[in-house]
Amino acid sequence: MSDEPKKTLKTIAPKKTPIPEQDPKVRCHNFKEVALGYSEEQALAEAARCLECKNPKCVEGCPVLIDIPGFIREISAKNYRRSFEILKKDNALPAVCGRVCPQEVQCEATCIVGKKLEPVGIGRLERFVADYGIERGWEDLPEIKPNSRKVAIVGSGPSGLAVAGDLARAGCAVTIFEALHVPGGVLKYGIPEFRLPKRIINIEIGGLQKLGVKVECDKIIGRLYTIPSLMKDRGFDAVFIGTGAGFPKFAGIPGENLNGLFSANEYLTRTNLMAGWDFPNMDTPVGMGRKVAVIGSGNTAMDACRVSLRMGADKVYCVYRRTIKESPARIEELHHAMEEGVEFHWLTAPVAIHGDDKGWVKSMECEKMELGEPDESGRRKPVPIKGSNFLFEVDTIVYALGTAANPVIAQTTPGLATNKWGYITVDENQMTSIPGVFAGGDIVTGAATVILAMGAGRQAAKGMLKYLGLA
Amino acid sequence: MYRIVKREEYSPVTFMWEIEAPDVAQAVEPGHFVIVKHTDEGERIPLTVADFDRKRGTVTLVIQAVGKSTRMFQKLKQGESIDSFVGPLGIASHLEKKEGKIVCVGGGLGVAPVFPQLRKLKELGNHTISIVGFRTKELIFWKEKFEKYSDVLHIATDDGSYGTKGFVTTVLKDVLEKNADVSEVIAIGPLVMMKACVDMTKPRGIKTMVSLNPIMVDGTGMCGCCRVTIGGKMKFACVHGPDFNGLEVDFDELLKRHSRFLPFEQESLKRWESSCQCECGGKEVAR
Repeated sequence: MSDEPKKTLKTIAPKKTPIPEQDPKVRCHNFKEVALGYSEEQALAEAARCLECKNPKCVEGCPVLIDIPGFIREISAKNYRRSFEILKKDNALPAVCGRVCPQEVQCEATCIVGKKLEPVGIGRLERFVADYGIERGWEDLPEIKPNSRKVAIVGSGPSGLAVAGDLARAGCAVTIFEALHVPGGVLKYGIPEFRLPKRIINIEIGGLQKLGVKVECDKIIGRLYTIPSLMKDRGFDAVFIGTGAGFPKFAGIPGENLNGLFSANEYLTRTNLMAGWDFPNMDTPVGMGRKVAVIGSGNTAMDACRVSLRMGADKVYCVYRRTIKESPARIEELHHAMEEGVEFHWLTAPVAIHGDDKGWVKSMECEKMELGEPDESGRRKPVPIKGSNFLFEVDTIVYALGTAANPVIAQTTPGLATNKWGYITVDENQMTSIPGVFAGGDIVTGAATVILAMGAGRQAAKGMLKYLGLA
Repeated sequence: MYRIVKREEYSPVTFMWEIEAPDVAQAVEPGHFVIVKHTDEGERIPLTVADFDRKRGTVTLVIQAVGKSTRMFQKLKQGESIDSFVGPLGIASHLEKKEGKIVCVGGGLGVAPVFPQLRKLKELGNHTISIVGFRTKELIFWKEKFEKYSDVLHIATDDGSYGTKGFVTTVLKDVLEKNADVSEVIAIGPLVMMKACVDMTKPRGIKTMVSLNPIMVDGTGMCGCCRVTIGGKMKFACVHGPDFNGLEVDFDELLKRHSRFLPFEQESLKRWESSCQCECGGKEVAR
């Protein structure tokens, strides 16, 4: 290594190596993956942009604290197996995170190269290594010394899977309880196939199962077993609650129960989890029309817009009461949606949904907004412009307005403290008001990202090991 | 996999399953529902629990074969298994000892699910009047079970081939007129039936609980597909119900929401009928 000239900001390529993508005109008609991933050559070119900083900043930008310079160094050395192992040690789901993490506000935001040039494409490299391993059937099976501790995890979404990985590696007997018929949580029901193929999720969960993690589907905690009964009757020494926030919000305007109006959760669950895009080969229909309005401008809204195009909609409007600047979606997602032909209507908010006499959505009445004073979130508050009402002729409306806390666990777990919105309150170790019961992810923070939930899961795993006297 | 340990036919379109699911059988209470899914292509079908046996570890469902999925279920034999069975879901019925009489009304597909509530009410020491309705005499089932837990049992048939001629509401009207001390009515069945019951009890100010079974996907509060308007407020039947105060239910809206997937249901059924009707779901023929 010492023979090579030292890399500096002046010697490396100023821009990220582009990632090949399906053509927008083609991809908006299929559910195949949009971003195709780096080839080995491209990965090596991008890895060469990493300065291998002595005091790297990227790691602290990563919620699960991956050894980023470490795994990139091993790519440059073409030691992909080692690189894969470095990734897996800190991240149970690298192929997932390499695809859906908002790296631009995390590791790539703190990347030192990014101060002057485009940051290193850390996410793309992560995906490259994870996929490289998946294609070769690599498994990361560290030597595990079993201890006698049993841990239950409620929910098999990102936070639960992260906890499972860490605790299984520490030697605990881990069982995940999942209410749906397949594991993965929001990864399966929420994120569309063209952003995150189900096959990838299954392989990553399979990796956890090989570490000894048991996954029990069709088990709804709070109803079938309560949290106290898991500990008292089933011998679990600790429990992690990672049930997510998936309880859809509605706006409370007239006409929301008309046929043709979906929550994004319903719309995406029908298309993703139940694969309703393939009806009638699959039994679950989606039941959408030809002209779609999606309300909201987060990542979920972008997913709903892009699914609509792929479902054959003639027109897809994305309607948001603020501007593109306040839009919570990743830049990449907004960009992809625009490329594919979604029509954006900023500073626009629905005030009523109008239906026909059979109870179907006929049109959506909106009013134009302007930005006023900043609100408590620091963003300028949208204020309606009087007399600006107009109609969108649509037959399908998808609400992507965010989610609230699912009440089932709190309803059935006496003594579990929640805040005024129903989210579970935890201490610095992610432990709830009940000793031995931990929580993390959206059910604690409210709706956030896959990787933040995984970060919370890792934090909880640490807390649980401490609680169990194993750390 | 969940084994069908017992299967009985009640009519050409109605059948009973006892599913081996010991943990569900332990946790289930009257009013709960389950979701059944079979084959990789299958839908998630919500079904209200019709009975359970904690000792034997079984949960009983009575199913009407109306669409593709339920027709496919109908073909499964005793001893075969279904892929997915999750429950108990929803909030259990709130049942207690009442001063007055309690009337349990079950019509059509609501006959079976009203039974667990009736039994519990009787066990709590209530005076129970049951009204169950069928189209015709041959379709009557569970007469003995209802007799055992009812102080008075009325059976109605549409054609008058057994019991009172007419609908359950024909009987309910009579029962309400003759019993001034009815403190609560529990009505389970098709939406129009529940609505008709409520129309009758509302003017009398009698508390009336109904069990709603709107279209659902996950059944755990995640999708909001099952939202209903109760007293002007949006509720999710899967986590806030399925039992609701019938006097507050917006039945007209619910009826419209029920028709949401009608063309798809018809397409699916037609495709299945013209297929081999095995678990391949008609793919072989269609492709």
